[in-house]
Amino acid sequence: MADTPILRMRGINKSFGPVHVLKDVDFDARVGEVTALVGDNGAGKSTLVKCIGGSYPIDSGTYEYDGHPVVVHSPRDAGALGIEIVYQDLALCDNLDVVQNMYLGREQVKGIMLDEGSMEVSAKEVLESLRVRTIASVRQRVSSLSGGQRQTVAIAKSVLWNRQLVILDEPTAALGVAQTAQVLDLVRRLADQGLAVVLISHNMNDVMQVADKITVLYLGQIAATVNRADVNQTQVVELITSGRSGDIGLKNGAGAAA
Amino acid sequence: MSDTDTGTTPVITEEQQLAELAAAASTAPIEGGLREYWHTYLQRVRAGDLGSLPAVGGLVLLVIIFSLAQSSFWSLGNFGNLITQAAPITLLAMGLVFVLLLGEIDLAAGTTSGVGAATTAVFVYNGMNWVLAVILSLAVGFVIGYFVGFMRAIVRVPSFVVTLALFLALQGVVLWLVNSVHASGNIPLKSSVLNALEQSNMPLWLGWFMGILLLAGYLAVKLYDRHARRSRDLPAEPLLITGLKAGAMAVFILVPIGLLSQDRSLNKNPTVQNVNGKLVQVPHKSLEGVPWVVPLVVVLVIVLGFVLSRTRYGRHIYAVGGNDEAARRAGIRVEAVRISVFVIGSMMAIVSGIVLASRLSVNSAEGGGNTLLLAVGAAVIGGTSLFGGKGKITDAVIGAMLLAVIANGMADLIQGDNSAAIQFIVTGGVLLLAATVDALSRRRAGSTGV
Repeated sequence: MADTPILRMRGINKSFGPVHVLKDVDFDARVGEVTALVGDNGAGKSTLVKCIGGSYPIDSGTYEYDGHPVVVHSPRDAGALGIEIVYQDLALCDNLDVVQNMYLGREQVKGIMLDEGSMEVSAKEVLESLRVRTIASVRQRVSSLSGGQRQTVAIAKSVLWNRQLVILDEPTAALGVAQTAQVLDLVRRLADQGLAVVLISHNMNDVMQVADKITVLYLGQIAATVNRADVNQTQVVELITSGRSGDIGLKNGAGAAA
Repeated sequence: MSDTDTGTTPVITEEQQLAELAAAASTAPIEGGLREYWHTYLQRVRAGDLGSLPAVGGLVLLVIIFSLAQSSFWSLGNFGNLITQAAPITLLAMGLVFVLLLGEIDLAAGTTSGVGAATTAVFVYNGMNWVLAVILSLAVGFVIGYFVGFMRAIVRVPSFVVTLALFLALQGVVLWLVNSVHASGNIPLKSSVLNALEQSNMPLWLGWFMGILLLAGYLAVKLYDRHARRSRDLPAEPLLITGLKAGAMAVFILVPIGLLSQDRSLNKNPTVQNVNGKLVQVPHKSLEGVPWVVPLVVVLVIVLGFVLSRTRYGRHIYAVGGNDEAARRAGIRVEAVRISVFVIGSMMAIVSGIVLASRLSVNSAEGGGNTLLLAVGAAVIGGTSLFGGKGKITDAVIGAMLLAVIANGMADLIQGDNSAAIQFIVTGGVLLLAATVDALSRRRAGSTGV
């Protein structure tokens, strides 16, 4: 199962006017794995994510999901496929509680009445399955939560909605040390539960700690996709800053090689 | 690979603090007895979540002040007046709660209620059946609300400007309607059914029956909720708390009904009337019972409260008011929700206008700026935030009672040429005070996270 990636993108090109942002990009995400997407500012990480999420149309290349070629025109299409993107600004409603936020837009009803009880029970179950202990009550308003707890709610939402692919955009950027550890733990557990996770991060410690695969973007090209176990942090940093490191990486900018 | 422990070994006091914060910010019943409930309540207030505390406190304070200042305030007749005075403001404020929940404002709500009064009176005056007249007037309200919502949500003109424009334009419409019947500027509402709303009372037994029905319904809902949560092993409200709340409700419902069931006419002696040219002694006709407008308000409070707190649509209103971008990403049709709240606001304004016309006849200055200010004030004083996302239907009721007490108490207390002037100044001051409390408690809640 791990051999067929749930997301398989091949030869993706994307230009904004004369600027060629993505050049023949190949990108895979596999079920049960955390794939880190790293690269310097302007390398094309955000553009790639927005292409996956349907915010930008791709110019050329193939987009395969679950083994089938698909066309994703809008975030709604991506959502229908089972893709969830958790952006930095978390898009939670402060005035609603954790359960209400997790079910927002998909509230369960009995007749015309909200079925608060069953929503509360399944929200609790999801948080328990992810071994989240940091949230004291699922009935507290989000305004009372810390940054890490909010991130937890936003991520747990994707499990509740049975997403298969979760893309996290800099989930630890604004967090302290302890909260970062909690969120990384959660990321790991998402993958262990059988989701495909894509982690975008600038923080090499985070990446080295949780990733199974690391894909490095360098000036709009894939410098390398490597197993976490095969590289050390210095090599990844070299790949990010110069596009190659020893034998791996781009050969004088002439295209991808593994 | 996840061998790094997450370091979740906080000191116990910190954990307790988190649990306390969670309880204070909780939207569902918490476990525990009276002590825990009281403690959590104090925490909420300290954190800036005042709820209807300022309004209830202010209400008690004002009643005491006015009672001491003048003996006539604390009379049965005046109590009946208070109810009928508060009813139109309450209805208008209930609609405005929906608009305010989205952080919007409807400055035209007052004149819309004037339009409702005028159209209903004109339709009935021209011989239309009162039911049809009410339905047509509500349709007019729907159109007005839809227009405002469309301008705000689709054309994206700020609601402040759209409704300010309508505030002026609709005044012209009211004038036109009234002049079409009487150049004198007064139309009587010629419908005995509609007039009965504010001018007649329910039979005594029906009033008591309604009170007991309400109380039983309240208990039934509470126990049903408790059962639903218990059956899923979720924390439910302790019976003691439910009992206390039910007791408070009983006092709140039954005492007014008891007071209204007394004869509150000022002159209890038989009167002499001219019947067919002869002077006849007519026995005293007692003025007693709950005004008919009360069941109307109660039914609307229950229906709108249900919509806000127990339906998907209501949840979406709170979501859009809290963070419209989050709501949009969650797939909620934000524009449709935005339009709908203006429709509800305007239709409630029409209902309020009909009640207003039922109390007095309709004149060309109906539902001017003062009515609107009172209604916005009522909602905000009751605890609905001007910033959106926070508020309940009952806020409108409590706030409107407070304002009715102010208007009623001052009208008698302050006599003389400038009494109207002073009333305007005080009412404006109270609205500003309520908005300030709202802003300050919001700031405090922002820093404490509750």
